[in-house]
Amino acid sequence: MDVRVSSLRKEFDRYPALNDVSLSIRSGELIALLGPSGSGKTTLLRLIAGLEQPTAGNIFFGADDASLKTVQERNIGFVFQHYALFRHMTVAENIAFGLTVRPRGLRPQKAEIRRRVADLLEMVHLSGLEKRYPNQLSGGQRQRVALARAMAIEPKVLLLDEPFGALDAKVRKELRRWLRDFHDRTGHTTVFVTHDQEEALELADRVVVMSQGQIEQVGSSDDVYDRPNSPFVFSFIGDSASLPVTVEGETIRFRGEAIGITPSTGDIDAGTLFFRPQDVVLPPPGEPALEGRLSACRRLAGTRIADLDIGPPGAPHHVEIEIPLATTVRTGASLRFRPTRWKIFPHAA
Amino acid sequence: MAHDPATRRLRPPTTEAPFARYALMAIAFLFLALFLLLPLAAVFIEAFRKGAGEFLAAFGDPDTIAAIRLTLLVAAIAVPLNLVFGVAAAWAIAKFEFKGKAFLTTLIDLPFSVSPVISGLVYVLLFGSGSLLGPWLRSYGIEILFAVPGIVLATVFVTFPFVARELIPLMQEQGNGDEEAALSLGASGWQTFRHVTLPNIKWGLLYGVLLCNARAMGEFGAVSVVSGHIRGLTNTMPLHVEILYNEYNFVAAFAVASLLAALALVTLLVKTLLEFHYGAEIAAGRKH
Repeated sequence: MDVRVSSLRKEFDRYPALNDVSLSIRSGELIALLGPSGSGKTTLLRLIAGLEQPTAGNIFFGADDASLKTVQERNIGFVFQHYALFRHMTVAENIAFGLTVRPRGLRPQKAEIRRRVADLLEMVHLSGLEKRYPNQLSGGQRQRVALARAMAIEPKVLLLDEPFGALDAKVRKELRRWLRDFHDRTGHTTVFVTHDQEEALELADRVVVMSQGQIEQVGSSDDVYDRPNSPFVFSFIGDSASLPVTVEGETIRFRGEAIGITPSTGDIDAGTLFFRPQDVVLPPPGEPALEGRLSACRRLAGTRIADLDIGPPGAPHHVEIEIPLATTVRTGASLRFRPTRWKIFPHAA
Repeated sequence: MAHDPATRRLRPPTTEAPFARYALMAIAFLFLALFLLLPLAAVFIEAFRKGAGEFLAAFGDPDTIAAIRLTLLVAAIAVPLNLVFGVAAAWAIAKFEFKGKAFLTTLIDLPFSVSPVISGLVYVLLFGSGSLLGPWLRSYGIEILFAVPGIVLATVFVTFPFVARELIPLMQEQGNGDEEAALSLGASGWQTFRHVTLPNIKWGLLYGVLLCNARAMGEFGAVSVVSGHIRGLTNTMPLHVEILYNEYNFVAAFAVASLLAALALVTLLVKTLLEFHYGAEIAAGRKH
């Protein structure tokens, strides 16, 4: 089932949580909504689910206008951040809930429900735990029960709110891989919300980067990491450094000095230069480059990170770059470097 | 590990010296014995002063039987009413945002802050002979004041905070997550309430009903004002105790009183059991 969101707007007490958001999700895609807290990603998910009503705009499931339907009619599977398992019901009763509350005519036979529950438990690798209560399960097991419960109603779309948020790092990694695998096997259109970029980049077919109630960029992991289209995406995803620069013809200058790189487009005359710490070289003396004072040097796993102060001593710009492990520089000494991959965003008009 | 003799003498910082500890405990126990246990024992001792025969005979009196029956009837009406009201009010306050919510919350607490006599007098003003409503209703043959409806109204008024007060913090703490999950799985509003909300609050609800019932059966002030004290007709148990006592019929008075005391003890017992088994689930509202 493909999902289309068109010009969606949501206000809470006149404050816009979501502002003119449009998004097309292809059938069977695994989509991550990524953004800092307050970016509107959970609101968007809840609007798709029907747990909130939009102030304006529409949501389409296929050709159907889902925004005219209630949450019950939309037939979605929603996995809540804290799972929201029914604590007074066993695992089996939790999973069967969506089937047992169906009106008499649509409700499967008891034996059929039992069979479906057994199948689902097997699918989430929890066979044998059907008689347990939620408080007798680990976090990762609860998560999978919540997923099985959502899948029991054979949803058109699977929506997950911070699916790994409440788990410890190791379980999180395991479940991440498991969810990708699960998605590939079942082929459901899946949307999940996360604030963890690593999770989004690793798991999703496409990542929707959100900020302040708007979509900043939609693209594959490579797109959003290598070709960020806004200063926000550049600084939000991965590590980055930024410096104010001016462009004069073929030369990019920082504080009037050429820094040895040339712009790709000519229509910018002042903007912010973004680059990633690993995309730098230390040029031989004499070549134009950026120059900074080393304020600290840190060893980080297989690399060495240099903290540099660039510009006037009173109000320097702080920049982090990766330098070869063998480099030996004293704190306070000056270090010259040049970005190899970068992007300049013009100052906001 | 060997303890340094200097540190071994130190107490945990939140513990007092033994003298202070025992003194505090003694004060608490003495106070309770003097003001609670002694009077409670006195009730039972007085009731059985002339033997079990006299005690049982007190319950053969038709007026006493009528009083017990009326008390049960009033509780049987007031408690379910307040159960429904309490759940509805708690649901509204805990799960929705609306204008006047703070006002409603304050209103629910009103019976706790108003003297029961005032609660009774309100109904006298509303339905008395000098009021607008009273004579109008009487022209249709409906008696409110000095009749069972007045007693029920006064009791409902006095006891309505119990269930709501118990449930509001509980439901607020639980939030909407479970309900949203049920709805997303296709459950209707009623199914969600029946299968998800109600099981989540049942122990808190039972706790509130228990306290509500104890108060409904034991209420004196408000009921006394609206009842009119008609023997065999509008006397509840607490009112009947007073009448018997004023007539120097001590054994009968204390016999009926012992029944109320027994109710209190049973309530206390069930309350303790509930707290013991489901403490975590009702902890949010445990402040009465």
